[in-house]
Amino acid sequence: MKYQSQMVAKPYFIAAIGLFVGQILFGVIMGMQYVVGDFLFPEIPFNVARMVHTNLLIVWLLFGFMGSTYYMVPEESQTELYSPKLAMLLFWVFLVAGALTIIGYLAVPYATLAHMTGNELLPTMGREFLEQPTITKIGIVLVALGFLFNIGMTLLRGRKTVITMVLFLGLVGLAVFFLFSFYNPENPVLDKMFWWWVVHLWVEGVWELILGAILAFTLIKVTGVDREVIEKWLYVIIAMALITGLLGTGHHYFFIGLPEYWLWIGSVFSAMEPVPFFMMTLFAFNMVNKRRRQHPNRVAVLWALGTGVMAFLGAGVWGFLHTLAPVNYYTHGSQITAAHGHMAFYGAYVMIVLTMISYAMPMLNGREAANSIKSQVTEMWGFWLMTVSMVFITLFLTGAGILQVYLQRFSDAPLPFMIVQDKIELFYWLREAAGLVFLLGLIVYIISFFVKGEEARLKPAEQTVIE
Amino acid sequence: MNETFTKSMARNIFFGGSLFFFLLLVGLSADTVQRLPERDNRENLTPQVVLGKKVWEDNNCIGCHTLLGEGAYFAPELGNVYVRYGNSKEAIKGFIKSRPVDGIPGRRSMPQFNMSEEELEAVAEFLKYMSEIDTNGWPPNVQG
Repeated sequence: MKYQSQMVAKPYFIAAIGLFVGQILFGVIMGMQYVVGDFLFPEIPFNVARMVHTNLLIVWLLFGFMGSTYYMVPEESQTELYSPKLAMLLFWVFLVAGALTIIGYLAVPYATLAHMTGNELLPTMGREFLEQPTITKIGIVLVALGFLFNIGMTLLRGRKTVITMVLFLGLVGLAVFFLFSFYNPENPVLDKMFWWWVVHLWVEGVWELILGAILAFTLIKVTGVDREVIEKWLYVIIAMALITGLLGTGHHYFFIGLPEYWLWIGSVFSAMEPVPFFMMTLFAFNMVNKRRRQHPNRVAVLWALGTGVMAFLGAGVWGFLHTLAPVNYYTHGSQITAAHGHMAFYGAYVMIVLTMISYAMPMLNGREAANSIKSQVTEMWGFWLMTVSMVFITLFLTGAGILQVYLQRFSDAPLPFMIVQDKIELFYWLREAAGLVFLLGLIVYIISFFVKGEEARLKPAEQTVIE
Repeated sequence: MNETFTKSMARNIFFGGSLFFFLLLVGLSADTVQRLPERDNRENLTPQVVLGKKVWEDNNCIGCHTLLGEGAYFAPELGNVYVRYGNSKEAIKGFIKSRPVDGIPGRRSMPQFNMSEEELEAVAEFLKYMSEIDTNGWPPNVQG
């Protein structure tokens, strides 16, 4: 580790993994509620479990992005962080505020929480993924401003690279588009339209810049490929991401009361949305094939390659599967959406954060470059258990979705929602089983941090060039 | 990617392309907002419907249900529930009121929200409003 202030990344990563565990536990609870409807009712109703599941996902990914930024920026800028103290202060503010919000969800009925936190004054609550009390939302904005200030000041005084520029642009976009969460018009159609300016423009827009920057950084480190080559790829990938993703917002505008021209715009641009993800896969494999050094952290390379493949499958293939308007007419808001959401989030954002953690944690723990082989093998078990079970979760939900669409919307005698849910119960049981394997994989992943052994080092012969 | 395609070309595609398509999104959004009055049923946006939307949000209904296909997939679509219930606000109110406090053994059940008569009426009006938005013919049938 070249710069002392990179150490602030460590608590961010640890908190991220802790919240990840919480996310998965609540995911398993929800999976159970799908088949045993009264499981934990009325103590933890489904909507509460879901808020905890999705909000923890967002928050832990944000911790992961911030930790990654704090790790990358000093090394890229070749200077210490502007203020490590501010970084640590914001860490505690964000963690405590996040924890209080989750406790609020679990401790009192949502309507009580809305009343307690003054939702009458500025109503922003009760909209999917933006359920946080308004006061929490204001806190998130303040933390984001402090974070951007700290990173911005660091960037100003150090070397400016393409990677940090793209990363910063992504983070600024993340903060700016979050401001739309404060816009909650009385007209439900307007509300829905601009709700997507947070949700879509985050995950299919600016977050992809953050993803690209982190992937590029780790690939430079583990392959030793020339920065010029990697930066050119990065530009092309994020260019395609925004060119397709911005108007791709249209695929959410089909059936919520907006004009018919979105049926065309949304279909055409979202059909191109897999392109940047396909390029990302090519990019990762290309760079690893061209590598000029055999980095001792093999598992970080595995995570980086996995991100490319799984993001392409989840965001690209499963997204395309139901994105054309005539198909989406039947699949909109069904289990197909859930299948796509799971694999896309895991492949793109969960895996990129775990890539960074895998790369950086050994150094943050005082090692030269990598953990012991034994520890890496354990982590690889975690990788495969989580990744393969996520593939199965996606396949089972897709099976459930196809049946649901057929029985409820396509057949000559459409059946009511709850009857259909009973008929596809088997797929929900299988999904729950796959979810438990995922939890097992996560436990194995965490165990890998505690596996000792002699650390893997570069061998002298490999240290130069492998070709 | 060979030498003829340089990094600065890639950078220009990124900045030019992103800016162009962002401006296009802003322009189309402005046009959409102009056209909304023909489709979004706003002539019926009464204070009661606004209150209904507030009650909907304050109770996190979206955490189980979908509304015009957005939300959670645990409970039925409600964008057209007014139509499914035979254009009856009374049926909607009756359903919400009748939910057992401790749920139904082994089954999914909506919680009992203990809403006031005013809130019940407002939610029903809100769901009626939603059913009258022009959604390009979605959902495919009354089952949602």
